[in-house]
Amino acid sequence: MSVSAVKERLIAALGSDYVHDSHEMRLVYSYDATPGMQAMPDLVVMPGSTEEVQAIVRICNETKTPIVARGSGTNLSGGTCPVEAGVVLTFQRMNQIVELDEENLTLTVQPGVITQEIIEYVEAKELFYPPDPSSMKISTIGGNISENSGGLRGLKYGVTRDYVLGLTAVLANGEVIKTGGKLAKDVAGYDLTRLLVGSEGTLGIITEAILKLIPLPETKQTVLAIYEDIDKAAQSVSAIIANKIIPTTMEFLDQATIKVVEDYAHVGLPTDAGAVLLIEQDGAPEVVARDMEAITKLCTEMGATSVKRAGSEEEANALRSARRAALSACARLKPTTILEDATVPRSKIAEMVRAINEITAKYQLDICTFGHAGDGNLHPTFLTDARNKAEMHRVEQAFEEIFAKAIELGGTITGEHGVGAMKAPYLEWKIGESGIQVMRAIKTALDPNNILNPGKLFFEKKEVVS
Amino acid sequence: MTREAVKEKERTAIQKAFQESLDEDELMNCMRCGFCLPACPTYLETKSEAASPRGRIALMKAVYDGKMLPDDDVQAQLDLCLGCRACEPVCPSGVKYGHLLEQARGAVTRNKKQSLKEKAVRRLAFKDLFPNKKRMRQVSGLIRLYQKSGLQKLAEGTGAIKLLPEGMRNMQHILPPVVSARLMKHRPEQLKHVVPHYQVSVSKGQRQYDLQAATVEQEHMASTQASSPVKRVAFFAGCLMDTMFLTTNDATMKLLQMAGCDVVNPQTQACCGALHGHSGELAGARDLAKRNIQAFEDLQVDAIVTNAGGCGAFLVDYDHLLKDEPEWAERAKAFVEKIKDISVVLLESGFLDKVQLSLPSQKVTFQDSCHLRNVMKTSEAPRTLLKAIEGVEYHELKEAGVCCGSAGIYNLLQEEMANQLIDRKMRHVQAIQPQTIVTANPGCLLQMKLGITRAGLEDQMQAVHLADFLLEAAEAGRGS
Ligand SMILES: Cc1cc2nc3c(=O)[nH]c(=O)nc-3n(C[C@H](O)[C@H](O)[C@H](O)COP(=O)(O)OP(=O)(O)OC[C@H]3O[C@@H](n4cnc5c(N)ncnc54)[C@H](O)[C@@H]3O)c2cc1C
Ligand code: SF4
Ligand code: SF4
Repeated sequence: MSVSAVKERLIAALGSDYVHDSHEMRLVYSYDATPGMQAMPDLVVMPGSTEEVQAIVRICNETKTPIVARGSGTNLSGGTCPVEAGVVLTFQRMNQIVELDEENLTLTVQPGVITQEIIEYVEAKELFYPPDPSSMKISTIGGNISENSGGLRGLKYGVTRDYVLGLTAVLANGEVIKTGGKLAKDVAGYDLTRLLVGSEGTLGIITEAILKLIPLPETKQTVLAIYEDIDKAAQSVSAIIANKIIPTTMEFLDQATIKVVEDYAHVGLPTDAGAVLLIEQDGAPEVVARDMEAITKLCTEMGATSVKRAGSEEEANALRSARRAALSACARLKPTTILEDATVPRSKIAEMVRAINEITAKYQLDICTFGHAGDGNLHPTFLTDARNKAEMHRVEQAFEEIFAKAIELGGTITGEHGVGAMKAPYLEWKIGESGIQVMRAIKTALDPNNILNPGKLFFEKKEVVS
Repeated sequence: MTREAVKEKERTAIQKAFQESLDEDELMNCMRCGFCLPACPTYLETKSEAASPRGRIALMKAVYDGKMLPDDDVQAQLDLCLGCRACEPVCPSGVKYGHLLEQARGAVTRNKKQSLKEKAVRRLAFKDLFPNKKRMRQVSGLIRLYQKSGLQKLAEGTGAIKLLPEGMRNMQHILPPVVSARLMKHRPEQLKHVVPHYQVSVSKGQRQYDLQAATVEQEHMASTQASSPVKRVAFFAGCLMDTMFLTTNDATMKLLQMAGCDVVNPQTQACCGALHGHSGELAGARDLAKRNIQAFEDLQVDAIVTNAGGCGAFLVDYDHLLKDEPEWAERAKAFVEKIKDISVVLLESGFLDKVQLSLPSQKVTFQDSCHLRNVMKTSEAPRTLLKAIEGVEYHELKEAGVCCGSAGIYNLLQEEMANQLIDRKMRHVQAIQPQTIVTANPGCLLQMKLGITRAGLEDQMQAVHLADFLLEAAEAGRGS
């Protein structure tokens, strides 16, 4: 069916205010935060309810029109790039916090709510929603759930998956399923909640979520450990965990990252240091004090030149915000920043850092490395310029080597940013042929017409036509 | 040629101008992280990516790259942008959005037929009025006549006022009482610092000042004290400020004197050019910049003081404005380094140690001037001053850094969005219920007054400029 016929049907279902096909609107929904990826959708639609989503999905399924769900478009894997055109579905109208249940400690939300709004809303009630991706001031919960996003507090508290109790989703055939619920335990059949979490918009459209909350920790302390070289910082991470201390946060920044971040944020980071670790612990005051003392001692033993404690919550917050800006701040140096998300077992972090530096030198590239060191999740970020084709090619080669190394160390190709279109060619490296088969079987069963975010996760080798 | 063909030709010309004048590196520097979205007033109101900084940059880049023509939608989106630059300080990549916007608007303005309304407003503002001090005085004089003669009351009383378009109708309610033409014409050129004769009575645990010796009441205070000044500063008067808001300018200069500064007010200075620049009239802006650099460069002052964030932010950008004229580069740089807001200069000169500030007890809040905050990077100094006033209970306004919708002549051209923004602002104000809203820029001041009127709160609160408020506090403090 032609695009204009689909458009007419969508307008009949939603009203013309919420169906757009101007060049302008199609262009601004053609990209996400992934460098070098852009593809125009045919239409942009803005549903206001689960029922409207159902109507849209039915029309698209009948007409075999691709649907790309989109939160705030901050993903880094081409997840919301409409690579096969079709309809982009935005959730800015479905952005309400539906219910706070203080007896069951749950929060029910629509997919378009901004992550930070959730965090602030529950903290005002002395409750805690831990997953805090660096993009939280603009990312949506729908995007977080669909990417299974991590954050600065992942080390101690886990990732988004660990806080999703139930979902309402519209399947490709237009049916609604409700998975899980306000339940601490539930083993009725397959765990469909977990299947949908991290499914990158390829299995269903999430229209509501029940999130798990926990009590807000009593206190929090923040330190900045400063090192002359990266190796010592990486060894400190392993030493702290080996000593059975799990801090809330253990973030790593190398010298190049420290410089760009300080240039932006002016929070007093030591720009001559080889690396820093931003470490936080929360909990009961006695525990926090005891852990922090042990952490400080371990860092010093491992060669930290100093371990500074943030004097106030404002100061600690400034440090956290500065860390969150790291990726974008890298673009101060060169226009194109290509970051990776390789993750290794925590014990291998020092080895991984060394390998990254060797590979960078081999391909003569500029790099900033930072990341969630405590999770073994690093973001080596190559600084380049999309206009320099030769260098872009070397970046690609370097990444392949980094992926190979990560897998060799027992790691994965992506810790939290998702496969999307970017890493689809490498998915098989991690999960093998049988893994791909299982995933394809699930996809085909739920979305036989392949309308939900096509071109993502699975790599279709295209015939090369010359 | 058909109308469509004419349009097509115009669009192609605009696109070519984009390719010639937009900074490609700056376009590339946006890595599309979206961190700027929550800071953007038009995004907050519309929740549309197209009305966000990231979206606008993507549109500019698409036009630049030849992927789309600058059609009506794209142009409307550029018009809807307030130019408030709230997207800049929050951008970790350091994208200079303001420059891109200026370049894009310049490309449109140079190649586009404007609507009649826009043409009229622009012509009045950019060619006839702002660059011409005498005209500014005449217009202000007419407004004064209107206010003084009872015509205003008559117009309001008879309903004749309804004949004016809403934008204008609202404006005339909120304009400040204008002073006489004589006062506007005879501006002081040199003012000496005043040395307050204060005695510190430590016994009470609080410093007390006796300002008796200060000749504050004299119209243009020319106290000639023997001691040396803390600073020698020049005052940037600004065209709107030096006519319609003349009393605020006087207050500013008095405050500087009280802080121990000698003040020079060169009469050769001109309008800053901000309104021109922000609307894409770059040639006009450059001429004014040169006139101002000349007017100030030989004065040997420590700082050039502004009391209007909108002007100040444009002045600190003169080096960028004149970047293609090498013979002006050094001179522009020297000029730019001296530009400071009154609040910063007062604090630097030890104003709070010299002057006791006191007012009848009241709740006060502060609405940032976008350009003061985002471009001059001044947001703490005004708050520090306000919090130092005895009797003031300071409350931080939610979204104080979000534009109020004034934005130069934006509120005349984009009435709908401007009204949405001021109403949003007033909802946050209502949550505090202050007696006074303080601002640091004339446009913001008028817009906040408009907001108060629209919300029907005239009896409950006032909006004032920081300088007027501080002077009132200093004069009251002297008595206490
Ligand atoms: C500067 C920066 C820092 C970042 N830091 C982190 C970090 O610390 N940790 C981390 O994990 N990630 C991080 N990210 C990546 C990204 O922000 C996260 O993946 C985030 O969860 C995406 O949210 P979004 O609302 O922008 O989703 P989008 O980018 O809009 O969408 C992401 C995916 O979710 C799907 N989707 C969105 N909504 C729905 C829905 N309602 N139903 C079904 N599918 C849906 C989309 O189709 C897409 O596949 C960062 C990104 C940037 C730019
Ligand atoms: S914050 Fe800066 S880099 Fe990020 S999208 Fe906005 S302008 Fe682009
Ligand atoms: S200048 Fe203001 S209105 Fe324009 S894009 Fe930036 S934040 Fe938005």
